Amino acid sequence: MEDKTLIELKTKIQNKEISSYELTKFFLNRIKKIDPKLNAFITVTENDSLKKAKKIDSEIAKGNINPLSGIPIAQKDIFCTKGIRTTCGSKMLEDFISPYDATVVEKLDKAGMIIIGKTNMDEFAMGSSNETSYFGDVKNPWNLNCVPGGSSGGSAASVAARLIPCSTGTDTGGSIRQPASLTGICGIKPTYGRVSRYGMIAFASSLDQAGIFTRTAKDCAILLSHISGYDVKDSTSSKKEVPDYYKECTKKFEKMKIGIPEEFLDGLDSKVAEVFTESINIFKSNGCEIKKISLKNSKLGVSAYQVVAPAECSSNLSRFDGVRYGFRANDVKDIDELYKKSRSQGFGDEVKRRILIGTYALSTGYYDAYYLKAQKIRTIISKEFQNAFKEVDVIIGPTAPDCAFKLGEKLNDPIAMYLSDIFTVSTNLAGLPAISIPMGFKNKLPLGLQIIGNHFDESKILSLSNHYQNLTDWHMQKPDMLGET
Amino acid sequence: MWESVIGLEIHVQLKTQSKIFSSASTNFGAEQNTQACAIDLGLPGVLPVLNEEAVKMAIKFGIAVGANIENNSVFARKNYFYPDLPKGYQISQYEIPIVSNGSVNIDIDKKVKKIRITRAHLEEDAGKSIHDLYENESAIDLNRAGTPLIEIVSEPDLSNAEEAVKYLKYIHSLVRYLDISDGNMQEGSFRCDANISLKKSNSSELGIRAEIKNINSFKFVEQAINYEIQRQGEILDSGKSVIQETRLFDPIRNETRSMRSKEEANDYRYFPDPDLLPVSISNSLIENIKLNMPELPNEKKERFIKQYKLTDYDTSILVLDKDLSAYYEKVLEKTSLNPKTTANWIITELLSYANKSNTGVKNYPVNFEDLASLLTYIHDGLISNKQAKIIFEKMWNNGEKPQDIIEKEGIKQISDTMEINKLVDNVIKNHYKSVEEYLAGKDKLFGFFVGEVMKESKGKANPKIVNQLLKEKLRNDK
Repeated sequence: MEDKTLIELKTKIQNKEISSYELTKFFLNRIKKIDPKLNAFITVTENDSLKKAKKIDSEIAKGNINPLSGIPIAQKDIFCTKGIRTTCGSKMLEDFISPYDATVVEKLDKAGMIIIGKTNMDEFAMGSSNETSYFGDVKNPWNLNCVPGGSSGGSAASVAARLIPCSTGTDTGGSIRQPASLTGICGIKPTYGRVSRYGMIAFASSLDQAGIFTRTAKDCAILLSHISGYDVKDSTSSKKEVPDYYKECTKKFEKMKIGIPEEFLDGLDSKVAEVFTESINIFKSNGCEIKKISLKNSKLGVSAYQVVAPAECSSNLSRFDGVRYGFRANDVKDIDELYKKSRSQGFGDEVKRRILIGTYALSTGYYDAYYLKAQKIRTIISKEFQNAFKEVDVIIGPTAPDCAFKLGEKLNDPIAMYLSDIFTVSTNLAGLPAISIPMGFKNKLPLGLQIIGNHFDESKILSLSNHYQNLTDWHMQKPDMLGET
Repeated sequence: MWESVIGLEIHVQLKTQSKIFSSASTNFGAEQNTQACAIDLGLPGVLPVLNEEAVKMAIKFGIAVGANIENNSVFARKNYFYPDLPKGYQISQYEIPIVSNGSVNIDIDKKVKKIRITRAHLEEDAGKSIHDLYENESAIDLNRAGTPLIEIVSEPDLSNAEEAVKYLKYIHSLVRYLDISDGNMQEGSFRCDANISLKKSNSSELGIRAEIKNINSFKFVEQAINYEIQRQGEILDSGKSVIQETRLFDPIRNETRSMRSKEEANDYRYFPDPDLLPVSISNSLIENIKLNMPELPNEKKERFIKQYKLTDYDTSILVLDKDLSAYYEKVLEKTSLNPKTTANWIITELLSYANKSNTGVKNYPVNFEDLASLLTYIHDGLISNKQAKIIFEKMWNNGEKPQDIIEKEGIKQISDTMEINKLVDNVIKNHYKSVEEYLAGKDKLFGFFVGEVMKESKGKANPKIVNQLLKEKLRNDK
């Protein structure tokens, strides 16, 4: 059952081969059995999920069925969920219960899905290894000594370990694609503005975008259609019509021109390069044209990102001041001490580091040299992508420079950690959609292939992903979580 | 030897139904924290959505001061920690404000002085900290958080407290004419900061300034500026220099006190708010608002002078308050008394009562219809001006109708036809020339005859009967 795709489960429920209750119970049991090894969940909502499943079953019995009725999903703990605590992986929000649902949560609820729990993540989505979470590290299902990537590490690990058929994530600099790559699943970050950010706790508002983890491109497509669309509550969401991504990506494959930036291959790990070359060959021999392109400014992406993201986060996280909600330090003399102690004790080191960097970058006298310059680089990177898309339909490359690394390996080397995002950040800076799908292994650890599209070209990248998955079975590989094989 | 240089930053609450970035109500006086939604509370994950009404109101203001309206103004975050600032930043405008480069003309010593307006930008108001509700604890009321404001920043074109107050009053009048603010100073809908510095006469170099924060009455603005001019003058006279700082005005002690120095000032770390797109304003929207602009104080002033032949002084008083000028015009519509005398009555009589009791036009105990009747009685000679004043006092204090007072007080009219007949005959006899002119077609003289008869009767003759008899007699003479 755990190997069934979202589409298969949808059919089973609609044909009444299985009830939502049974399905939910099944995955809850799997979580109970396996999650203690992974720590992918911060909160599991067993009672609420089963109650909801029963309710949906009775609706189905009455003939009221929604597109995704009765299928469980895990929500990254960055999405506000009414009545279920939303921690954002931080001590600061350890006991925070939102009075409202995020738009993504609301939309999936309307589609009939059942929240099974909230997944672990790097604190406030700041990290690439899921080691900055206040609720402990998440382990990679392929090797429990390795990280699952971050920040959406729990969402990725839970799908990879078949604890859940699908989950939500957010991606500010690679937080969906990098963990998808490291855990061997599918993770899509849509175009900036495609999905509403309302109710998604902000890290860097101009870069944050919600997305989906599944095991197949088709499942990804189905969910993406459900969470996308204009939201009056988010002024930066797009009014562009939402296509039926499933229909689009399963249409007869049309020949595509694929660009490969030479910069992505420069000094690349030899095994990663080998695996990637195999993927290129598959595309070459299956109706695609490969074209070498140059994105010479993309190497500036990480630097620009490390200014813009901390700058926005330093402001976004100011609301966590201990005054109205969240963690408040005891024994304070006055309001200044209340701020200082609550924030010192409530935030972890990585969050504090980024607040400090961001505060510095926005300060009088430094703003032009850092923030403004980073914004200019951002424009240059966007233009470079736009020029590239005049010549090619999509751009591909490895999602991450390497496979999953060991827990603790990069924790004390922030620069090395930040470089895990080297291939992913520039798409956030340019607001482009991108997906990571499994393309092979190194040392029995998965590697991801990143496909980047032009703005609102989600259909194209999903279509190419689906094409690839029809030709390969990397996405069918499965970590041996219960020693079953 | 010192000349003062003053610039004002005026904060005006806009009277939109809902807040600038949320749908919560902006009504004043509701129970604490009942008009603050998730967005106003700065809950995790919420996003601001701009209220278009606030934008339209800012455009209206911009047009009224002949300013440039920016087609793509930008909201920025002003970052600082304060307990009643829920997000830890205020959404304001910084580099590209919606309104820039405007000006207004004010009358100073019978001369027109142009005060330049550097900019006016949109921003959200903060909540309120309450320190006297609980012992050893402070409370926060976020009802006001997110109320739309425009901050109007002038150039340092004001030379003294009098000019500053005149300018402030003009802007106050203007926002009420535009119907974009209730201008209620007690409730904090209209308040200002004053930047004051002294420079040597004949020097173009500005001195070091102090900023006086949050002054909420015309009187306090005057007092604060005068205090500050004196304080800085004394410092400079003693050879020391003024410190750049922010000060607070204490109306009880009538002095300003240091709040924080330049060194202690916040670095607000402004940057464009990534949650909001630039405010895109089309030229057609601006044109459309232009076409629907109400009459502005200066335009109304010109019209009053032309239409009612009022003096500059009288007109200034009447038009400053939009409601008062409307009251005046309503009285005029109903009364037979001429515009000039009517204006005099309002300015000298009515306003002296209103000012004494600090009553706004909307709360006048005398409605325009009653005042119009009273003035018509004067016009008709039914009562004398002196009698009218006594009657008016009773109208103001007791809310009575003028005809009731006249009846009750026995300000008796002569209604005996025989008696009035005699008076009429006398007047016709004594003004034979006028009668001839009247008969030759100068109809306007009829009022004059009525007046003469009333005069003869010492104001007591019943004007209806006087009218009737006069008409009959004069017709017979025809």
